[in-house]
Amino acid sequence: MSPEARPVAVRFDGVSRRFGDVPAVNAVTLDIFDGELFTLLGPSGSGKTTCLRLIAGFERPDGGRLFIHGVDSGGRPPYERDVNTVFQDYALFPHMTVEENVAYGPMIRGVPRAERRKLAAEALELVQLPELAARRPAQLSGGQRQRVALARALVNRPRVLLLDEPLGALDLKLRQQMQVELKALQRKVGITFVYVTHDQEEALHLSDRMAVMRGGVIEQVGAPGEVYEEPRTAFVAGFVGASNLISGELAQRLLGTAGELIIRPEKISVLPAGAAVADGACVADGRVAEVAYLGALSRVKVDLEGGGALTAVVQNVEAGHRDVAKMQGQPVRLSWRREHARALEPGAPS
Amino acid sequence: MSAPPSPRPGWTRRLSTFLIAHPRVTLALLLAPPMAWLGAVYLGSLGALLAQSFFTLDDYTGQVVREVSLATYGKLFTAAHMDIVLRTVAMAAAVTLASVTLGFPVAYLAARHARGRMKALFYLGVLLPLWSSYLVRLYAWRLILAREGVATWFIERVGLLGALESVLELPVVGGPSLSASYLGMFLVFVYMWLPYMVLPIQAALERVPPSLTEASSDLGARPRSTFRHVLLPLSLPGVVAGSIFTFSLTLGDYIIPGVIGQSSLFIGQAVLVQQGTAGNIPLAAAFSMVPIVIMAAYLSAARRMGAFDAL
Repeated sequence: MSPEARPVAVRFDGVSRRFGDVPAVNAVTLDIFDGELFTLLGPSGSGKTTCLRLIAGFERPDGGRLFIHGVDSGGRPPYERDVNTVFQDYALFPHMTVEENVAYGPMIRGVPRAERRKLAAEALELVQLPELAARRPAQLSGGQRQRVALARALVNRPRVLLLDEPLGALDLKLRQQMQVELKALQRKVGITFVYVTHDQEEALHLSDRMAVMRGGVIEQVGAPGEVYEEPRTAFVAGFVGASNLISGELAQRLLGTAGELIIRPEKISVLPAGAAVADGACVADGRVAEVAYLGALSRVKVDLEGGGALTAVVQNVEAGHRDVAKMQGQPVRLSWRREHARALEPGAPS
Repeated sequence: MSAPPSPRPGWTRRLSTFLIAHPRVTLALLLAPPMAWLGAVYLGSLGALLAQSFFTLDDYTGQVVREVSLATYGKLFTAAHMDIVLRTVAMAAAVTLASVTLGFPVAYLAARHARGRMKALFYLGVLLPLWSSYLVRLYAWRLILAREGVATWFIERVGLLGALESVLELPVVGGPSLSASYLGMFLVFVYMWLPYMVLPIQAALERVPPSLTEASSDLGARPRSTFRHVLLPLSLPGVVAGSIFTFSLTLGDYIIPGVIGQSSLFIGQAVLVQQGTAGNIPLAAAFSMVPIVIMAAYLSAARRMGAFDAL
C-alpha cells in the first residue's frame, strides 16, 4: 500500500456482522480511499454485499467500528449518512415519474420545486437520459432503469456512491458499454465508488483497487494487476482468472521446490515436441488430452509425462479451428518462464 | 417394427381432440355456467330490483303502480329517510377510518416483520373470528357491552367508570349502556370488519420490495417521510380495497343495528322494513340504490386521487 497518507473515505476497523450463528462479515479491516473506484469481488455468500449494506447503514456492525470520512458511523441510520446506493434491483419508486424519482433526495431535503427540477435534469443529463423525465419506471428498459437509479443516487452528490451489482441484470453487450460509461462517470464526478460484483472481468476492468472476499473475510486487497499477477492464495488465483495449481510431487518435479505455486494458463507456451527453448525456461513434455476452440483463444489441457496435467491458453494467431482440432492427442512441449510460476502463501486452503 | 393397429378412438377421446382444436368453444363452455349465474341470476335480479325503484306504491290500494316515475326517489329524499342515509354513511365512514387506523399497523407488522411461526399466528389471529358464526359473535358482544357486562365491569375495576358514564351521556354517540349506544355499535362494526381491512393492506405491503424503503432511507428520508412518500402511496390500493369492504359491509348490514344500539334505523333495516312489513318494494329498491351510488362515487374519487396508480 502506498506509504503517503491518502484521505480515507471508508474505514472498516475489525467490523463483524452475524446473521444468527453465521458470520457474514468477520472482523474485516479495510481502508477505501477518497476518490477511488473500489471493488468488492467475491462469490455469493462471501460477505461483499453485507459490507456494502454496512456502509449504507442498512446493517449495523455487531463488532468493530466503521468510519465514513472519519466519522464513526456504525450506529447511524442510513438517512444520516452522506452515502447513496444504486440497488441491484434498482429500487425505483414505481408510483413516481423518472424525474420525481431522481428529485426524491432533493425533495426530502426540502429543495424548492424549480431548483430540484433543475438538479434532476442535470443528473439525467449526466447519465445521458434527459428525454425520459416524464416516463414511469415500468415504461423503461433495464438499461434505462439502471441509468435512472444512477442519476437518483448521484443527484445528492454523495461523498461515497455504493453500487450493488448494478450491471448484473443487463445483457453482455450493454454491460460492457455501461462499464466503460461508469468508469468515465466516476472520473468525471470524482466521487468514491464502492462497487460490488461477482464478475472478475468487471472487477479487473473497473477497479482502481479491489478486495477479493470469501466467507466473510478479505483474502487480498490490491490493484487489479497485482491481484491477478500476484495472487496470495489459491482461492484468489482460482477466482480471479484461471490458473494451474501445482503442489507436492509435481512442484518438486517441474520447478524443484516444495510448497504451492500457480501458473496462469496464458503464460505457458505450447511448442512442438522436442522444440528448443530459451535458456532458463521451464519445460514439461506431454500429450494433448483436451483442446477447446474458443474463437480468439484455444484452451489446451496437456497430460504430462510422469503424471499431472497443465492447462495452457494460446492465441489463435496462425492456427484456425481445423489446426486446433488436429492437436488432440499430439505430443507437445510446454514451456514457461520461471518467474511466472508464483508461490502462494502457505496454509491457505483453496 | 410396425405400429399396432389403432382402435377406433372412443367418444371421450374424440371430444378432447375437438376441444383442443377449438379453444374458443372450450372457453365458451367453461364460462357459460358462471356467466349465466352472474349475468342472469345475480345481475338480472339486481336489475329487476333496481327497476322497481322507478315504480311507485299506491298508498290507497297498497299495490305497486308499474309506471316509470321518480316519485319514489322523491319520497327517499324526505328528511326522515335522508336521516337514515346520513346516519348509515356516517357510521360506515367512522368504522372505515377506525379500521384503517387499527388495521394498518397490524398489516405492516405482518408483512414486514413477522416470519414463520409469527406469521402463522398472525393469520390465525386475523382469521379465527371468521370461523365462528357472525350471529354468535354479535350476541356475545351484546353481553360484553351490556350494563352488567364484562366491559363495564372491567372499566369500573380500572377506575374509569366515571369516564365511561360521561361518554355515554354525550348526545348521539351515547346511550343508556354501551350495548344500547352508537358507540357500542361502532365498536362491534369495527370488530366484525377489521379482518377485511387487514388482509388487503397486508397483501399490498407484501408486494412493496424492501429495497424501496431502503432506497428512500438511503436518499435521506426519515421513517415518517418514507411512510408518507413510499409506503402509503404503494399500499393505497390495499387500503382502498379494505375500505370498500368495511364501508359497503357497514352500509348494507341490517343485523348489527338491530341488536346493538338504538332503535333508529340504518339503510339495511330500512330496506328490510320497506320490502317486508310495509310491502313498499319500490321504496326498498330506492334505498338499495343508495349504497350502490355511494360506492360508485367513492371508487371514482379514489381513482381520481390516484389510489390505483401503483397497481
